[in-house]
Amino acid sequence: MTEPMLKITNLHARVEDAEILRGLNLEVNAGEVHAIMGPNGSGKSTLAHILAGRDDYEVTEGSVTYKGQDLLEMEPEERAHEGVFLAFQYPVEIPGVNNVYLLKSALNAKRKHQGLDEIDSVDFLTDVKQKMKLMGMDESFLKRSVNEGFSGGEKKRNEVFQMMVLEPELCVMDETDSGLDIDALKIVAKGVEQMRSPDRAIVLVTHYQRLLDHIQPDRVHVLARGQVLKSGDKQLAHELEEHGYDWIRYEEAESA
Amino acid sequence: MKAVDDTATRLLERFQGERPGDASDWIAGLRRDATARFAEMGLPNQRIEDWKYTSTKAIAKRDFARPDAAGATADADRIEALRIPGLDAHRLVFINGHYAAALSDGEMADDAVRVRSLAQVLAEDPDALKNRLADAAPTDFSGFTALNTAFAEDGAVIEIAADRRVERPIELLFVSMARDEPVAAHPRVLIDAAHHGEATIIEHYVGMDDPQNLTNAVTEARLAEGARIAHYRVQRESRKGFHIGSLHVNQAGNSRLEQHNVQIGAALCRTDINTALNAEGAETLYNGLYLVNGRQHVDTHTRINHNKPNTTSEEAYRGILDGHARGVFNGRVYVAPHAQKTAAYQSNDNLLLSGKAEIDTKPELEIYADDVVCTHGATVGQLDTQALFYLRSRGVDLETARGLLLYAFAEAAIERMSIEPLRDWLQGFVIDELPHAERLQEFV
Repeated sequence: MTEPMLKITNLHARVEDAEILRGLNLEVNAGEVHAIMGPNGSGKSTLAHILAGRDDYEVTEGSVTYKGQDLLEMEPEERAHEGVFLAFQYPVEIPGVNNVYLLKSALNAKRKHQGLDEIDSVDFLTDVKQKMKLMGMDESFLKRSVNEGFSGGEKKRNEVFQMMVLEPELCVMDETDSGLDIDALKIVAKGVEQMRSPDRAIVLVTHYQRLLDHIQPDRVHVLARGQVLKSGDKQLAHELEEHGYDWIRYEEAESA
Repeated sequence: MKAVDDTATRLLERFQGERPGDASDWIAGLRRDATARFAEMGLPNQRIEDWKYTSTKAIAKRDFARPDAAGATADADRIEALRIPGLDAHRLVFINGHYAAALSDGEMADDAVRVRSLAQVLAEDPDALKNRLADAAPTDFSGFTALNTAFAEDGAVIEIAADRRVERPIELLFVSMARDEPVAAHPRVLIDAAHHGEATIIEHYVGMDDPQNLTNAVTEARLAEGARIAHYRVQRESRKGFHIGSLHVNQAGNSRLEQHNVQIGAALCRTDINTALNAEGAETLYNGLYLVNGRQHVDTHTRINHNKPNTTSEEAYRGILDGHARGVFNGRVYVAPHAQKTAAYQSNDNLLLSGKAEIDTKPELEIYADDVVCTHGATVGQLDTQALFYLRSRGVDLETARGLLLYAFAEAAIERMSIEPLRDWLQGFVIDELPHAERLQEFV
């Protein structure tokens, strides 16, 4: 059997004095879509940030390997070059820095790392325009600054759009569904579905089940108190929807 | 004349002589009074609360000469090089305070606006300045204002007609040039906008050949009912020079002042930006950006007087300080009793790039009415780590990400300016000052 693309073993992490992840295990294979669900404070956003390299968290134990490499040893930009992408829950506004130029520079940095030439400007723009259309983004977007003056929904769509242009191998999406109305949710789901590929893994971090009405996950994991308490197929998400997170805690108590 | 100290005595002696307008009793009287006031006041010292953080000793130490009008010449190509690329403005050039007709676009006179040099008005029609000169700008605002009023001999008089919009910006380019010895210039600008008149005016201060000169500029403006003035102050004097400047505005009802204050040059720079909202519906925007490093010192004092109800002000100043640079920001907002429904917003954000850089920031709110909305906030900090992480997660290396965020910080001030060529130039300037400028170019 081949190595999983992402392998998290007994991961412990803390921020200041609070231990947030307490022995988390997870394996994600290329070609799969995983949903990580959990109540607030379960550590799911922390996990997403650690995967992308945010250094506010201290990993105290355990390991993360990505494509056989020690992910935790890599700087955030190296991870991006290696194909890790985090869609932010709260994308940051950067006035004066053009959306498209940032994207082009991000893409070229990755290509350079792969030993490829810079992308042809015309090809790039054609690709960008086609994907913008798919995400229902206005042409004016090309001239705007990164996330500046974007509505919450626009910011989320922009994250998915960036992901589509950069074509990462590991997509980690941190509550991309939160704050979206149903139309925006459908557009986002369509974008994610489009990204599904045998060479790519997608990890959806979400509080609610509703995104999973539109994206079919291969695996669902329930996180609580910094651990994966239960894993299953998409049926698990429906059960959660029906019974709430307390159901898992109850089951856990029963088995203890 | 007996003066308060030796410096004042010396300056009064150094700057004396004939000036255009002396023949007018009114002008002569104004100068006499100002001279007497300066003799009493001298240069401000740090015992004065408003000058607590800024020492004028370096100015007092130097012996500035009075530049003569005949010396107001320069190589036209070199002046041309100081242009803000692409800025289509009607331009008046001043060399060490004196109007240089040969280098300028000339007098401007049409049904919308009249622009003349102050020296010309003083010589030909001094009484036209009666009750207009030294009206918005009190002679004793500071020792420097008194000094300017006593010795100002040139500058510009800009008169905007009622119900007219002046399409082309008016640029006053003040070039401070190195001479055999340091010189002091006291340019004076008078802006008079009749009701519903509109114009954009740029005061552009530049140093050439690294002079150790002093520019002591005073501008006063009167905005009649409904007038709209966009006033830019771009200060990029020599890093060895001294720049003291003040703006004093009186605003009538429904008038709008937009004031952009860019400070990047000079060893020592102090600007005072003052406006009085004297009738309902008057509004003001103050937008400031200071970028300093090395041993530069930049001090901004602003004042907004809400004297009547239903007046609005918005003020945002941003600064980036590196090296041993020192910044001072003092933003005073006064709301008079009965000036109800006043809205005043103020912010001052600073980035300190080195452990040795320093900023003293202070809001000063004096509010005597109860039905008002007044907010203020000051920040002093480093770059936003969340934003840094966002860029790095997109594959941007740390140094470039830092540069982009510094640029973005300045851009928040630059984007409020409506003159595109000025924005472009400032953006380019900011980028050139940052490490890895060539990499940053890709993103903007």
